[in-house]
Amino acid sequence: MVNPNTNLKVEAEEVPVAEEAPVKLEINDLTIKYGQHTALKGVNLEIREHEVFGIIGPANAGKTSFLKSINRMDTFDTNMSVEGQIKFNGLDIQDLKNIYALRSRIGVVFPLPVGLPLTIYENVALSPRLRGINSKSELDVIVERCLTRAALWDEVKDRLNSLGSLLSGGQQQRLTIARALSQDPDLLMLDEFSIAVDPVTTMRIEDVLKELKKDMTIILVTNLVQQARRLADRTAFFLENECVEVGNTEDLFTGEVKDQRTRDYVEGKFG
Amino acid sequence: MFAESDLNARNKRVQGLFRMLFLMMTVLLIVPVAIILFTLVSKGGGVISIDFLFTNPTDGMTAGGIFPALLGTVWIVAVALLASVPLGVAAAIYLNEYAGDNWFTRLIQLAIINLAGVPSIVHALFGVGAFVIFFGFGTSILAASLTLAIMTLPIVIVSTRESLRAVPQAFREACWNMGATRWQTIRRIVLPNAISGILTGVILEVSRTAGETAPIMFTGAAFFLPFLPQGVFDQTMAMSLHLFVVATQVPGVPEELPFGVALVLIAMVLIMNSISIAFRMYLRGKKKW
Repeated sequence: MVNPNTNLKVEAEEVPVAEEAPVKLEINDLTIKYGQHTALKGVNLEIREHEVFGIIGPANAGKTSFLKSINRMDTFDTNMSVEGQIKFNGLDIQDLKNIYALRSRIGVVFPLPVGLPLTIYENVALSPRLRGINSKSELDVIVERCLTRAALWDEVKDRLNSLGSLLSGGQQQRLTIARALSQDPDLLMLDEFSIAVDPVTTMRIEDVLKELKKDMTIILVTNLVQQARRLADRTAFFLENECVEVGNTEDLFTGEVKDQRTRDYVEGKFG
Repeated sequence: MFAESDLNARNKRVQGLFRMLFLMMTVLLIVPVAIILFTLVSKGGGVISIDFLFTNPTDGMTAGGIFPALLGTVWIVAVALLASVPLGVAAAIYLNEYAGDNWFTRLIQLAIINLAGVPSIVHALFGVGAFVIFFGFGTSILAASLTLAIMTLPIVIVSTRESLRAVPQAFREACWNMGATRWQTIRRIVLPNAISGILTGVILEVSRTAGETAPIMFTGAAFFLPFLPQGVFDQTMAMSLHLFVVATQVPGVPEELPFGVALVLIAMVLIMNSISIAFRMYLRGKKKW
């Protein structure tokens, strides 16, 4: 007979084991500027493999800029500059010659869905095609798997050849998620993905994310602190262009915080 | 409660007045076009026949058909397109998809705008200096077409850029975010959605090229040639110059002949424009977002 209490204790002690998981992303003294305006300054944190890393904080705290810097989106915007160090699998991404390979390993989902002007099928098949997969049977498998994971397959399986951009907003967002998954990414970054999605579908996608954790690392930026609580293993709190603190999600929500502002935000006193 | 006050009545009168004014201005615009078409059809319609289109001019250009001029215009337009479309589209793709916003691209931008503003006679003289003399093409289809190509390049570049710009930036970023290179993004997302606008611009360029006279009269178009061009280094007759010649330079031309030539020329241009408009409407119906 196993004492239920002992059992609980063993599980509690398993948390530190996760902390020893290999580091996926190492952020050292990251500062992001748009021209003269500083969007984020002096961020230091680590994101480990196979964890869901939540980022919470009010609007304009620098959460989206943080994600953009990881995907090297600063190259799209001459106004955006990134200082400090971001190491992906131990490699400094500022030194990377092949940023295309970096981006192809990172799936990104932004708040507003972008259905590319292609059919539903081609939206999901595009990334595999970019990697050189052209066999119809292989693509079929990938498309079905990704759409199923994004909780969209049942709704679109009979009209895969109609335009993705004609889907409803919530469906387009799930299509965007399916497209991100079609990259077969190591790292999935979701930026307030549920803004355009109804609550039922949001819960379905959240279940999917819990599954995906086995295969990839997930960064979840969210305005819904309860969503971070449901999903994230560890959570960072961003406020006024700074990372206030990083901690185990449960600690943040049970009041074991280092900074009073975190407690106030989590309890809904501002934000 | 809703009784009409004096102020209401006055506002309505003024509004009606302006409506009439703008309507009349609009009607006024159509009048010259209608008169031109009516005159051409009524005075020149009689000479149009299959023979007129497909025989050589005879009797010192006072009789016969216009075939060499018609064919020459097709030659000139075709060669001009071969030169200007690849160049213009490539330049537009570079400017819109690759180049950043810096002094270099702004300079090119300025050059394109100025190129569009250069009078056609100046292009003609440039064509003589550059293509006829310097490159040694002589007065030939090639020299005439290249002169026209340079003159119409701004049209191609501007219309291509407009169509590229109409493709939302979010599509490009979504594609780049998946690890696509610029070229992969252009080929798979941008060009398929911009091609309709690009083609529309090309068709408009055709109608402009077909009608130009000054740039070709010193560079490749001949007053009269009894034979058809065999290649791009030959001279040729052209519709626009032929019209100028039979209308003003040759004595004893029957009155309806220049009208007939003008009618054919304007029909060529209108047909190209109509195709362009129909094409645009068709593709607009297929818009993907």
